[in-house]
Amino acid sequence: MYGMGMVKGLLVTLKNLTKRPFTVQYPEERLKQHPRFRGEEFVWYEERCTGCASCAKFCPLGIIKIVTSPSETAPAQGDKYLLEVFDIDIARCMFCGLCVEACPYDALFMGSGFEQSQYSRKEMVIGIDQLRQADKHPSTFFRPQLESAGYDPHQGQPLHWKDVGRESWRWHQHEKAGMRLESAAGSGNGDPIEAVDDLNSPDLGGTAEDAGAPEQTQ
Amino acid sequence: MPIHTEPMTINVGPQHPSTHGVFRLRVTFDGEEILEVEPVFGYLHRGTEKLAEERTYVQIVTLTDRLDYVSSMINNQGYCLAVEKLLGVEPPLRAKWLRTMVAELQRIASHLMGIGFFLQDLGTLGTPLMYGFRTREKILDLFEMLCGARITLTYMRPGGVFSDTPPDFWPALENFMQELPTEIGEIEQLVMENEIVLVRTKGVSPLSPEMAINCSVSGPVLRASGIAWDWRKMEPYDAYEWVDFDVPVGANGDNYDRFWVRMQEIHQSARIIHQCMEHIEPGPVRLDLPLVFRPEPGAEAYGRVEASKGELAFYMLSDGGVSPYRCKIRSPSLINLTVTEHLLVGWKLADMIVTLGSLDINMGEVDR
Repeated sequence: MYGMGMVKGLLVTLKNLTKRPFTVQYPEERLKQHPRFRGEEFVWYEERCTGCASCAKFCPLGIIKIVTSPSETAPAQGDKYLLEVFDIDIARCMFCGLCVEACPYDALFMGSGFEQSQYSRKEMVIGIDQLRQADKHPSTFFRPQLESAGYDPHQGQPLHWKDVGRESWRWHQHEKAGMRLESAAGSGNGDPIEAVDDLNSPDLGGTAEDAGAPEQTQ
Repeated sequence: MPIHTEPMTINVGPQHPSTHGVFRLRVTFDGEEILEVEPVFGYLHRGTEKLAEERTYVQIVTLTDRLDYVSSMINNQGYCLAVEKLLGVEPPLRAKWLRTMVAELQRIASHLMGIGFFLQDLGTLGTPLMYGFRTREKILDLFEMLCGARITLTYMRPGGVFSDTPPDFWPALENFMQELPTEIGEIEQLVMENEIVLVRTKGVSPLSPEMAINCSVSGPVLRASGIAWDWRKMEPYDAYEWVDFDVPVGANGDNYDRFWVRMQEIHQSARIIHQCMEHIEPGPVRLDLPLVFRPEPGAEAYGRVEASKGELAFYMLSDGGVSPYRCKIRSPSLINLTVTEHLLVGWKLADMIVTLGSLDINMGEVDR
């Protein structure tokens, strides 16, 4: 019968007249991103970075530029370079997160923001100073240790470099990542292995139990 | 004195709101009737296959996101299957279930876009399209929870998926699956029996099964012509051999059938997701593969999936290096476009746009 479609359509209009809208008026209202949201700008912990340039090598677009020289701060370890340049060209970044995946020392994290528009391409290059000074609200993307600690970057509290490593994970204890942190930071109080045990104390986010959960790659 | 008339050639596109991307149709009309059609594409060519030759195997996953950008998850899956065949490895069980589940979520999102734009081309002024966007938005939210991105997901890796689900993912998915039937029902009751939709689409631009096979079209376009051919059934990959679902098949291969098949496939996808949620068990989600690996020299593999548009396949050839020697992509949209001329000649201008919408092409995939 002709005309029924019209009636049905108008009934839908009538029904939706009383419903709350699904859309959000963006600048005034904001949706909350999920903790894993891969945003800008990158969160970089200089204390954890050894200058290995894994992130630069693994970036599919080659937009991370790292210049290092032999460091004078931790030559005994032989594994920390002095970082001179750490540029990320955000304008060309596609936020795939492979640099974060490649970082073996949990020094680089995806950011959690998305409102970094600029007027020129030159301003879109994030330099080492900007990375140093930026607020540390790391995304939990590819960092299950943050996730099991219940960290949400959108709640506002920044994270200290000591709290972000995967050395607090039981399955990761035997590995070397993070074991040199204490001496590299210049505090130099004794055995680095002990420092790892400190990080493993159950009061760190209460994650000692969660850490054993079969998450992530083995 | 008779009025002198002659055929007229018109360009539709490449910048035209109803061509679904930068796609150009050179159409010769006799009045309203189509005499000749020539699809012209290549405006979005980015050289994906060549780019793949200078990237490592894991880096190429980011390129596959950009093929069919409304169903990145399935592209990732097809590529990862090809690389796993190349290496001769199998992903863990949980990864298989997860992949199947997210691929079906992505299929729902992609079909909603296909249906929405098809109906918009019919002139529904966006209501079904906005319904589709609303449901898709929730799926994208789930993806953001899962992998941190909404469109260019890069969720899968050769050997599994990069990360397990966050704890709040499962309640959110359950919630979504409860809302889904109502939302699809809203679209269905609005358009499935609508007389304008029926009159405009039933019997328009039919594709015979013989022609469909000769042009090697795949996906919903092929199934609408009455051929029950689905790689998920024919050559089950990941977890599809353990799930139960039907392959909806059309009768006439006309525009309505292509639309109807997509609509039914959404229901089947929802069925598969329910089964995945039921059967999935805790376990590792990724093989212990290094980030950069070298397959055997001379190894070749052909991995294919039933993507939302049809058969998506990757042919990989290795020379023993860290990146493939050749990465050939068989994209369903390009092959489905080959029937355009056959479908359009003899029909009217207004049907042309609708028929193009019913093919559900995606230019990112056509041009690569």
